[in-house]
Amino acid sequence: MADILNYIWLIPVLPFLAFAAAGTVFIGKPATAAAVSIFAIAISFIISIITAVLVFTSAPGFIYESSLRWLDMPGLRVEMGLLIDPLSALMLLVVTTVALLVQIYSLGYMRDDPGFARYFAYQSVFAGSMLGLVLANNFGQIYVFWELVGLCSYLLIGFWYHKDSAKNAAIKAFITNRIGDFGFLLGILLLLITFGTLSFSQLPNQIGQYSNAAMLLVIGLLLFLGPMGKSAQFPLHVWLPDAMEGPTPVSALIHAATMVAAGVYLIARAFFIFSESAQVMSVIAYVGGFTALFAATIAITQNDIKRILAFSTLSQLGYMVMAMGIGAMTAGMFHLTTHAFFKALLFLGAGSVIHALHDEQDIWKMGNLSGKMPVTTVTFIIGALALAGIPPLAGFWSKDEILSGAFAGSHTILYLLGVFVAFLTAFYMFRLIFVAFFGSNHGGLHAHESPAPMTIPLIILSVFAIGAGLVNTGLTDFAFSRYITVSGLEHHEPVSAVMIISSLVAAAGIFLAWLIYQKQIISAEAIKTKFIPIYNLLQNKYYIDEIYAWAGKNLVLGSSRLFEWLDLKVVNGIVDGLAGFARWSGSKLRLLQNGQIQTYTVYIYVGLIVLLLAAICMSVNAWLI
Amino acid sequence: MIGFQHYLLLAALLFGIGLLGIVFKRNAVALLMSVELILNAVNINLVAINKYVLGGSGLGQLFALFVIVVAAAEVAVGLALIINIYRLKKSSDVDDFNILKW
Repeated sequence: MADILNYIWLIPVLPFLAFAAAGTVFIGKPATAAAVSIFAIAISFIISIITAVLVFTSAPGFIYESSLRWLDMPGLRVEMGLLIDPLSALMLLVVTTVALLVQIYSLGYMRDDPGFARYFAYQSVFAGSMLGLVLANNFGQIYVFWELVGLCSYLLIGFWYHKDSAKNAAIKAFITNRIGDFGFLLGILLLLITFGTLSFSQLPNQIGQYSNAAMLLVIGLLLFLGPMGKSAQFPLHVWLPDAMEGPTPVSALIHAATMVAAGVYLIARAFFIFSESAQVMSVIAYVGGFTALFAATIAITQNDIKRILAFSTLSQLGYMVMAMGIGAMTAGMFHLTTHAFFKALLFLGAGSVIHALHDEQDIWKMGNLSGKMPVTTVTFIIGALALAGIPPLAGFWSKDEILSGAFAGSHTILYLLGVFVAFLTAFYMFRLIFVAFFGSNHGGLHAHESPAPMTIPLIILSVFAIGAGLVNTGLTDFAFSRYITVSGLEHHEPVSAVMIISSLVAAAGIFLAWLIYQKQIISAEAIKTKFIPIYNLLQNKYYIDEIYAWAGKNLVLGSSRLFEWLDLKVVNGIVDGLAGFARWSGSKLRLLQNGQIQTYTVYIYVGLIVLLLAAICMSVNAWLI
Repeated sequence: MIGFQHYLLLAALLFGIGLLGIVFKRNAVALLMSVELILNAVNINLVAINKYVLGGSGLGQLFALFVIVVAAAEVAVGLALIINIYRLKKSSDVDDFNILKW
């Protein structure tokens, strides 16, 4: 069993090989490219399962590390390595499971796309990069793969590059991430300068002996910029809703389940740094909490099925980050795991609907799909119930873990905020369901159920969405909390009051959505007209994009003009002035060199006379003295 | 009584006239003549130094003869050049001989 540890390197390498194969020799053979890609991720999935079984049957502190020297010079040592512990084993399971299911689903969803082989090549390189990130044993390596998944995200958002919106969304995602990644890189470099190592196994000891709180604060905040960009936390969240321009399975895999969770994973992985500074932790907690509320309020008013899910993802990522910030690392990772399954399920369900309706994404043009697409409808409702936090589905247990953490840690504001977000979540998800799947519209008249490659992943994921939460209940003796933890972190027993309140709140959200959108007892139009300023604010996503555009236009262009002036007048002026002086003095001095031998003769004899006179004066002086 | 200083003074005057001629004349023939004046000033000095400093050893006269020979050669070559340039340019003014200047 332990032999499997010798083959762990295959987990990220196989998808990379599949990428090389699918992207080059099989680019003209779509079926072969897809087969190679799915085969590679399937093998990675099997190795991951065996590894996970090994890790989770050992004692909780299991660690296996192997490392190669990649770059070694005085003052800088970068390694490439593999780190297997319960945290990375868990992420391996999540990533390979979702990636495998999404690739199978893509067989159906992307069937008629001319870029089929290219799509699978991108999927493979993403899977390889994400698995490399998960297995990284140091910050240098994590940064390399961090950028690689960012690149894959860019490529896949812009997959349909002939559409301007997709092209712009890809660029927006890349640039926004660049801001966060720049801070992240600075943080890593500061770590390297301060501690001389980037290894996850050596840093905790060093940081334990380090006492400069200001330095730890700066490092913590800079490192947190990385997760802020990648996990789309306010104010770097703007790219994620636009990222929905990519194919829907991509949204499910990258922009819901795995890549955006990399930020949360990084916080968990580097928890020993963040938890050293209370200020950093509260920044993380409030950024997360604010993002959760902010995105949930926007989601209420959106009409695009994928955008609703995108804002829901933002909101749930905010939840996870908030959990990290209040010190409930276990709860954050637990929510990451369950969220990966049910959000991937929701996105794939949405993809199934979009596929059936020939790329229609407006929920008001759907309606009455439940009869035509039974599998999609049932699995989508399961996903929505899990997301809303209805017991005993997965989302209930993980969300409850976070709320218990906030409650027990007496973070009252964040607890109330979390409860309110839970209410909003239930409301907007069931608004979507009542409008799109039931409702009186007849947009779904000619819809048909999707083919088997699409429905089977939906069914498998819905099993996870129902059952994944049970790994951290009394049934398994809270196995999740025992394995995924850090030293000094106490596990809060679930508080039954918290459980009851959050369930009731979720039920109230669903009930309200039912009243408004199914029974239409309360008129949505009346509410909209009554609160039209707030509605407009939410519909336009708090005008953040417009503010950024304004800032980009005025601040960036304004300062650019200032710098242009400085460059042209001051910098260029100095250089031009020097050149002008040289030219002017040259034009004057060249008069001396007129090519007339006679003039030169004058110079020579004038010089001679001057010298003679000087000699005479000196000898007269000497004689006088 | 004419002494050493008078010879040196005459030589200096001749040298000065020759130098001014070189500086201010534009005619190529006049320039050659000015050069001759300077060489003759040197010859006077050589002969005078031979008499008053070296005590009549004859070395000064020897050098003066050399200078006369070199001056004759110089004038021969110089005049040949000037005649050729004059044929080309129809002018003996040195300001017109500027084909090698920028």
